[in-house]
Amino acid sequence: MGTRDCQHICGESSPGIGEAGRTGEWRNARPVIDQKKCTPARQNKPACFLCWLYCPDAVISKTIPVQINLEYCKGCGICSQVCPVQAITIVNEEEFVLNRTD
Amino acid sequence: MSLKKTDRKADIQILDGNQAAAQGTKLSRVQVIAAYPITPQTPLTETLSEFVERGELSAEYVAVESEHSALTVCNSASMAGARTFTATSAHGLAYMHEVLHWTAGARLPVVLACVNRAMGAPWSILNDQQDSISQRDTGWIQIYARNNQEILDSVIQAYKIAETAYVPVMVCYDGYVLSHAEMPVDVPSQEDVDRFLPPYQPHTILDPANPKNYNLVTLANPRVNTEGVLCHGYMELRYLLQEALQNSRETIIKVGQEFGELFGRGYANMLWEDRLDDADIVIVAMGSLAMEAIVAAGILREEGHRVGILGLRVFRPFPKADVMKALKKSRLIVVFDKNISYGSEGATCSEIKSALYGSDVNAVIRNFIVGLGGRDVKARELAEAVNKSLPSLKEGTLSNEYPEWICYI
Amino acid sequence: MKTNAVNLTEIEYLLPGNRACPGCALSLAYRHILKALEGQVIVTVPASCLTVLHGMYPVTSVNVPCVNTPFASTGASATGLVAGLKALGKKGLTVLAFAGDGGTHDIGIQALSGAAERQSDFIYICYDNEGYMNTGNQRSSSTPLGAISGTTPILGKQQNQKDMTAIMEAHGIPYVATASASYPLDLYEKVRKAKAIKGTRFIHIFTPCPPGWGFSFSDTIKIGELAVKTGWVVLYEVEDGIFRLTSASESIARKGNLRPVREYLMEQGRFKGITEEQINELQDRVNALWKRCLKRATSL
Repeated sequence: MGTRDCQHICGESSPGIGEAGRTGEWRNARPVIDQKKCTPARQNKPACFLCWLYCPDAVISKTIPVQINLEYCKGCGICSQVCPVQAITIVNEEEFVLNRTD
Repeated sequence: MSLKKTDRKADIQILDGNQAAAQGTKLSRVQVIAAYPITPQTPLTETLSEFVERGELSAEYVAVESEHSALTVCNSASMAGARTFTATSAHGLAYMHEVLHWTAGARLPVVLACVNRAMGAPWSILNDQQDSISQRDTGWIQIYARNNQEILDSVIQAYKIAETAYVPVMVCYDGYVLSHAEMPVDVPSQEDVDRFLPPYQPHTILDPANPKNYNLVTLANPRVNTEGVLCHGYMELRYLLQEALQNSRETIIKVGQEFGELFGRGYANMLWEDRLDDADIVIVAMGSLAMEAIVAAGILREEGHRVGILGLRVFRPFPKADVMKALKKSRLIVVFDKNISYGSEGATCSEIKSALYGSDVNAVIRNFIVGLGGRDVKARELAEAVNKSLPSLKEGTLSNEYPEWICYI
Repeated sequence: MKTNAVNLTEIEYLLPGNRACPGCALSLAYRHILKALEGQVIVTVPASCLTVLHGMYPVTSVNVPCVNTPFASTGASATGLVAGLKALGKKGLTVLAFAGDGGTHDIGIQALSGAAERQSDFIYICYDNEGYMNTGNQRSSSTPLGAISGTTPILGKQQNQKDMTAIMEAHGIPYVATASASYPLDLYEKVRKAKAIKGTRFIHIFTPCPPGWGFSFSDTIKIGELAVKTGWVVLYEVEDGIFRLTSASESIARKGNLRPVREYLMEQGRFKGITEEQINELQDRVNALWKRCLKRATSL
């Protein structure tokens, strides 16, 4: 199958999420946010958001509640390290596999 | 589209090769110039900076700190959408080598004037064609000028060729022999060149509203993009470069024809042919050597030989079909090379042999290395080399393993 | 109002699912640099980790225009973009050259120096992970004394680092600064400041590398903070010749609580072979640098 449909004459790349695939598959542990401890969740207004600030992969959202995109989270654990109220714990992926009901 | 011939009177100026190149660059309304001085290109660079500082040429003149940077500046300025120019010789061209590959692979229509000079070691500032020949694999179109008129005309045509094919073009001319020798040159008017050369239309977009990332790592195999279209692997992108060079023959001839219609000097050819109609002995040469060869042919004709000249104008893409056709009637082909691919033979000779392989041409081919490091080449010596080759028509091999040299060893 | 995590823009120019290692400090720094420039930028990059982060044709993980260029040529590529934009009369875009320590201190130094001398109008940012990390951690002129690398595998590096920020300051350019991925708001402010200045601007960012330096990728921020707390990295800026300590370095200067450099070195696998003599030499260097910085910060 040829590549003539591709009109490029040089290497012109366009932006896309997941260029390296589902990088969530890289991790063996994932961050879990305890919304009872998380400051913006408790105050119900924009506050802190340090996990969002320090995430190298921009997979954390500045929403209330704060959410982590597990499709692409590489499980580096930085968010857990920087959270000033220890609201984020890093949990082994095994826990989620073992707890599946199907 | 046929261009109406200019009704302007000829403006003959006495220019050396560097000045002719500078005029061509100025008339082409180049927008970014980046060049590093190197003998014998330096006066070209200086003339351009004079044009810019006097306000005669509205261009950004970047005084780069090396040739590697010079071509990089041109590449990126070209990506941004500007018409760019650089010039160099010998070691400067060699210093740019990796960037030459980049320009071609990125399909940028940069024009480079190579003022042909010998490579060290040992040092030589004088002329031969080893520098540009050494870059023949990089994917640039290479045009060789025989005299200063052709230098000026080739620079202007180079932009139209480059910007049509999206392949960079190298205009080569012999250092000192042409660059520093003064000849009468008809300088076109700006108005006429503007009619001939439209503004540059880049294929690259550098716009935050439509972001693209150019020349990233490309895998061996094709890869699907975000819209599901199967995009090229490295090999396909490189195939397209070769395809563009193969197809550029048509563009080169068309541009040459248009130039001829407008300016009265035609270039609708890949080769310069002189008296080939009745010749069975053909001298092949490139650059100013092709002019010397005409004098040599004259000497040989006086001696009763039917000698013609095949002057190579375009070295890349190599005009195989044109060469095969031009050499149809030849029985002896003497190729003079001002270069050598060490361990083998002169580059032009290899190309000629490759062009003739499988054709009906059953000629003897002889290769002579001449003029390295500025060694003066006399028409008499070229004629003697041809005479020396004549016995091989009766006995001897069709071609020799290695070339002969016209020198003192 | 000072920028913080709450008021900093949500717009992301770096897209998730890219090829950066987990916990990559470069990735974090890049996120905030692009936010500071509001995406109104043309980036040029040489061969480096960033090239890989950017992805592979035909998909890229960055939402700004980008031009790749050969390894030694970043400074020249940025110059070319500036010249091209100027020739075409296009205004309002920042040209950003973004290279690693290899492409800045070593193979790329000539082109950068030339561009700075020409006062070429772009921002040059060097992300320093103290080695040729893209090719698997070989030593660069930024690799510290005593560090193990692919090309100093047994004896560790025998020479000290080159101070690239000082070299750039010596070019007389209007703005040089150091920054760290561990202090993203300080980095953000510095890029915003640089954006508004004309001429060549240079920012040197400290970006710890988990696989290259031998620490857990969750500790990237911590390692960067330790570097500043021990004076290994001093956060400063020099604007038109005026020196200013910033962020954590500024508060350490006020409080006088610089920690021993040993605390920083011992956290990293690459220093497992370092000798006491080398640690002392490094402490002396850090002390001398800190002393110079304090003197510059207090003199008028």
